[in-house]
Amino acid sequence: MTDLTQLGIKAIRDGVADGTFTAREVTEAFNAAVAAADPLNAFLVKTPERALEAADAVDARRAKGEDLGKMGGVPIGMKDLFCTQGVETTAASMILGGFTPTYESTVSQNLWDAGATMLGKLNMDQFAMGSSNETSAFGNVISPWRKSDGGNAALAPGGSSGGSSAAIAARLCPAATGTDTGGSIRQPAAFTGISGIKPTYGRCSRWGTIAFASSLDQAGPMARDVTDCAIMLGAMAGFDPKDATSLDLAVPDWEAALSDDLKGKRVGIPREYRMEGTDPQILESWEQGKAWLKDAGAEIVDISLPHTKYALPAYYIIAPAEASSNLARYDGVRYGLRELPEGAGLQDMYAATRAEGFGDEVKRRVMIGTYVLSAGFYDAYYTQAQKVRTLVARDFEQAWDKCDVILAPTCPTASFALGSLDDDPLTMYLNDVFAVPASLAGLPAMSVPCGLNGDGLPLGLQLVGKPFDEQGVLNAGLAIEKRAGFTAQPEKWWS
Amino acid sequence: MSVDTKQVAKIASLARIAMSDAECEKMVPELNNILDWVEQLGEVDVTGVEPMTAVIPNTLRMRDDVVNADPKTGGDRREDVLANAPVAEHGFFGVPKVIE
Repeated sequence: MTDLTQLGIKAIRDGVADGTFTAREVTEAFNAAVAAADPLNAFLVKTPERALEAADAVDARRAKGEDLGKMGGVPIGMKDLFCTQGVETTAASMILGGFTPTYESTVSQNLWDAGATMLGKLNMDQFAMGSSNETSAFGNVISPWRKSDGGNAALAPGGSSGGSSAAIAARLCPAATGTDTGGSIRQPAAFTGISGIKPTYGRCSRWGTIAFASSLDQAGPMARDVTDCAIMLGAMAGFDPKDATSLDLAVPDWEAALSDDLKGKRVGIPREYRMEGTDPQILESWEQGKAWLKDAGAEIVDISLPHTKYALPAYYIIAPAEASSNLARYDGVRYGLRELPEGAGLQDMYAATRAEGFGDEVKRRVMIGTYVLSAGFYDAYYTQAQKVRTLVARDFEQAWDKCDVILAPTCPTASFALGSLDDDPLTMYLNDVFAVPASLAGLPAMSVPCGLNGDGLPLGLQLVGKPFDEQGVLNAGLAIEKRAGFTAQPEKWWS
Repeated sequence: MSVDTKQVAKIASLARIAMSDAECEKMVPELNNILDWVEQLGEVDVTGVEPMTAVIPNTLRMRDDVVNADPKTGGDRREDVLANAPVAEHGFFGVPKVIE
């Protein structure tokens, strides 16, 4: 029998539906893979029994001849930013230690309704703040990838969805949820040789997703390939009246409309993304990507996004500002940690709880956010950043006159060693320089693997599309995927 | 613009994060590095540019004026609301005494 953990969403869904194997067999295979992969530290909570129960329910429905759903029998990993009823949800922070939601997030509920089952909750950067998964209160996630030089240095799986990316690359799950505020789906996908798409802002409900920066936060799928991303995004997305920014639009059948024929499509190459400090191998992969898309029938056009270099500094005002506001709710009163020093009053309790519960990076961002929103500084920082954000979005609007989709690298480097950027938050932030502009503009954007660099580490290419045009992004991603023929997997050293 | 230890202590107090003097001091260069770097936004000519308010045009909706139309966001869920409270007493959140 084939190794079921080598299968993706589509193969599992179709195999369960036509009886090639049962949902229980699939779940047992992945449960075993998860149980044997503790050195990766990808899972914060494992839910093997729950996964089996749900799998049995899928098998029972099949026995009765019922519809199994878009993801019937597919076990997935759930980023720990999504509230899951009855299963501890901490956003990888001590301040939410023990928090067990009494409700289910809309995105996770949509997935269960589509027949997916949960293997467990995935580690991540604390409150999704980080690009290497080193800010988790529960330890780093270790990338399953290692350099081909024979060294055993532990590498970053990317962040913030680093548990998701590591688990998929290591074949612990066929797919996982991610969230992307400034690259947190695309960068970890690029680092680990998998695919991931952040849809248009508003496609996926934010209800029940622990908030970081609400005007940017957007959930999306991470999976082995573009088709699996299309399937899973279809299951996650949809209008939700419980989220005021939810898009009241029908969810297209992205899977059915997938096509790598790009005849008549224009692919924009933004000249400002050719930045100093970018790994030459990444620039080469970008050239290769152009050739592939041309081969798929697209016309390549040069475009300009003049405010690109200002996107990242604007993001590091806007996102911390929103975070400082969103994270004000962690006060030791309603859920999670409470630190009550002897004789302390209410204000001291707040301050002690937050000092104890938040990690260093979270504190740093809450402090920055508090500062830029404070009286006297608000206009100079926050208002200016929101104006720059308007200009970044306008750059894209103008680019759409010349092209239909944009091709760029996902990140300026491949994965780096854990600990190598510890003392240097700014350099860490720069890893998201290519990802953040699309976030600020709310655009759909995806990363697909395009090859390995000289160290044997995966590289990703990024596609950015017009608002609501996930299809255009997925199709261009598929065109690259088919031509890149990326099949590399990390060598299994963890079990 | 840059911050000093005193200002960091003030920000920490506004953010309700207890910080020792040593911690404040450690944070001064960290915050200043970031603040120096975001300073470049000042170069951008934003004359006549409106600050972004909604990234994707969307209109706010009114919901039907029906009590508990969606039980998930409606009332009558006191037990659920209190289930994760560090201290819950008599159907309320418990906090240290605030009035002497």
